[in-house]
Amino acid sequence: MNWLISFFAWMGEFFGNGENWSGPGGIPMRLLEHLEFSALALLLAVLVAVPLGLVIGHTGRGEVLVVISANLARALPTLGLLVMFVLLLGTASIWPVIIPLVLLSVPPILVNTFEGIKGVDPDLRDAAYGMGLRGGQVLGRVLVPVALPLILLGCRLSAIQVVATTTVAAYTGLGGLGRYVIDGFATKDYAGVVGGSVLIVLFALVVQLLFTLAQRVTVSPGVSRRVNVR
Amino acid sequence: MGEGPPSLWEWIGRNWDTGRAGSIKDLLLDHLTMSLVPILLALVVALPLGLACVRWRWLYQPASGLMNVVYALPSLPVFMLLISVTGLTQTTVIIPLAFYGVAVLLPAVVGGLDSVPDHVRQSAVAMGFTPRRRLLAVELPIAVPVVLAGLRVVAVSSISLVSVGALIGQGGLGGLFTRAYQNPFMPPVIVGIVLIVLLALIADGLLVLAQRLLTPWVRARKGATS
Amino acid sequence: MITFDAVTKRFPDGTVAVDDLTLEAPTGEITVLVGPSGCGKTTSLRMINRMIDASEGKILLDGVPVQSIAPPTLRRGIGYVIQQAGLFPHRKIVDNIATVPYLLGWDRKRARGRAMELLERVGLDAALAGRYPFQLSGGQQQRVGVARALAADPPVLLMDEPFSAVDPVVRTTLQEELLRLQSELNKTIVFVTHDIDEAIKLGDKVAVLRVGGRLAQLAAPKTLLSEPSDDFVREFLGHDRGIRRLQFVSTEGLRLRTDLTVRQGGEGGSSEEPWLLVVDEQGGPVGWIAGARPGELEPFGTFLYGRDSMRSALDAALLSPSGCSVAVDDEGKVVGVATREALDEALAEAADG
Repeated sequence: MNWLISFFAWMGEFFGNGENWSGPGGIPMRLLEHLEFSALALLLAVLVAVPLGLVIGHTGRGEVLVVISANLARALPTLGLLVMFVLLLGTASIWPVIIPLVLLSVPPILVNTFEGIKGVDPDLRDAAYGMGLRGGQVLGRVLVPVALPLILLGCRLSAIQVVATTTVAAYTGLGGLGRYVIDGFATKDYAGVVGGSVLIVLFALVVQLLFTLAQRVTVSPGVSRRVNVR
Repeated sequence: MGEGPPSLWEWIGRNWDTGRAGSIKDLLLDHLTMSLVPILLALVVALPLGLACVRWRWLYQPASGLMNVVYALPSLPVFMLLISVTGLTQTTVIIPLAFYGVAVLLPAVVGGLDSVPDHVRQSAVAMGFTPRRRLLAVELPIAVPVVLAGLRVVAVSSISLVSVGALIGQGGLGGLFTRAYQNPFMPPVIVGIVLIVLLALIADGLLVLAQRLLTPWVRARKGATS
Repeated sequence: MITFDAVTKRFPDGTVAVDDLTLEAPTGEITVLVGPSGCGKTTSLRMINRMIDASEGKILLDGVPVQSIAPPTLRRGIGYVIQQAGLFPHRKIVDNIATVPYLLGWDRKRARGRAMELLERVGLDAALAGRYPFQLSGGQQQRVGVARALAADPPVLLMDEPFSAVDPVVRTTLQEELLRLQSELNKTIVFVTHDIDEAIKLGDKVAVLRVGGRLAQLAAPKTLLSEPSDDFVREFLGHDRGIRRLQFVSTEGLRLRTDLTVRQGGEGGSSEEPWLLVVDEQGGPVGWIAGARPGELEPFGTFLYGRDSMRSALDAALLSPSGCSVAVDDEGKVVGVATREALDEALAEAADG
């Protein structure tokens, strides 16, 4: 149980150190950076993937694109992609790192949005058109609300992925909580490694929790079948 | 040297099998070990766990909830936290990957077993199958396609995730990425990405093949309807 | 009135779903399209509200070609009911019914008020308004589907196998409800089914279509049963065509005998008759006794005189060893007895025309 003792020792050292709570390398700043990069990448991915998934799912055109991107995104090593972009584009701005982050988080949203829309009962689509809803209304008023659980699942999976990849991206010079881990490992500062790791894990869990809550709030009880029997 | 950086093919030729640690061949073998072991471990754990969840329904909710949380944990900090227990070894990479694998496979196993139509199960009971024979001869074969679909996801993501281990010095081909970053040089990155994607494609292809061999009726049915 | 004028539908792959179809669905009546699968009945229906566009020919809605109206506008004026109801799972029942009123820009209060009115009209409890579709049974969902189609009071209703996914008992109830609704609303209804019995029960006119989308016969159900135009229609109508035709023959004018009844516990009638009907104090039937050797009460069958069809009268006769059927009025009192001879005469008349 030696490791457990050293774990708590390192935790105490990291979180007890006043210097770790202020300044550009302090926990609040790093946390904010991590949030900023993750949110930026996720937002861009959502802006690309949700409309694309809606259109492909609704029109049925371009399905191959979805399948390929899904398989490729899973197979591509994140670290390799990050290093490649940084070697190609330099480190003058954060974009060489943000671009691969976005690239990797597009497919989960794209696939799930597409599957969600495509999976809507054809009878429902038929009824909607039959009552005189226009194409856009069918999509917005019927298909999206019904597919929402899957669309949000895609966003959650992407968010998980982005938080993890942002951590790895610290290796190529990006700020955020990953810095503690990468720098700590390089300088054998195990307090930093352990403290940083715990912070990232907590961050990821909070993100997961927020998405789960968002799902409860936004998905109609008629779809989630979460309803109080009266 | 002074003759400029070597070309991609030159670099591959020079580094494929140097006889020292860190040759491409070495890294490739490490990579295979670190990705295949978690895949197998995940299967060995997820199958009985899934069966248990189907047998005792109350177990599924907490088990899948736990696995959802596990799946949300970013790999790098988990590797780092494990170092103090298992050291800078391959085990440190293998254990978390196996857990991610279980997180993906558990719903696949349960979903697969749930996909057995009730009338099939009932008629197996009516014909006098014992529960164990029914499981082996009827339910598991029907569940195979769903389980294998999950296994394909696990295989491909494990193979690509191993490379993050390079940040603790145990990343198989991921080592090529850290090497390329420290000594800015593109060929190792290209080789690393291509080999990892190739490995993933081969694993995926083998699993598709396995599915065809294990469930010939699925393909026959597709042929009949088209 | 809906008019099909030489309408053909050819799909891009070359299959002809509907071939030169000409027919009229009169205003205020139920026109049923019936036929085996692949006969183009659903395609024909869906061409009316332009879910599918005709390749050739014209479909007119009260003289206006539907092709000249933009589909969303056209569809908001036509009620549409499909097999699985197609209710929106994310909306409460009341909002499902109010879909078209919302689309037409009604204010929320008016639309919901109308929805509540329709909920009652189709025989559902107002308490269901706040439920979601998954909380309703299949039959209830189908009623909501009908209510939703009626919400904006469209003159035309298209129904595509609306009752085929519910169990037979519920189906019968829904069919009767539809006839009741129609007697109040007088919509122009086009109804698609593959079930010939349903077609005969519901249709004012029945169009039988054959595979390849050609019209085999368009006629009132009674004519269809007595004069099928060819072997295809004859075969499609199936067994018992003659017996089923009797459901369109009235029992009005059926000769009844009133001298075959005896009061329970009393004397009366003539014991030369082989069978006598025992009636109670209120005049309701109790059972048959053999005239010559009174003993055990034997079972009887009744029909509503003048209201039930000859098929019911015949059926009632077959339920009793006496071979006679008992005519009753609305209150269940015996009006008289139709003997074998009387039934025979009526059947002979029905067979003549």
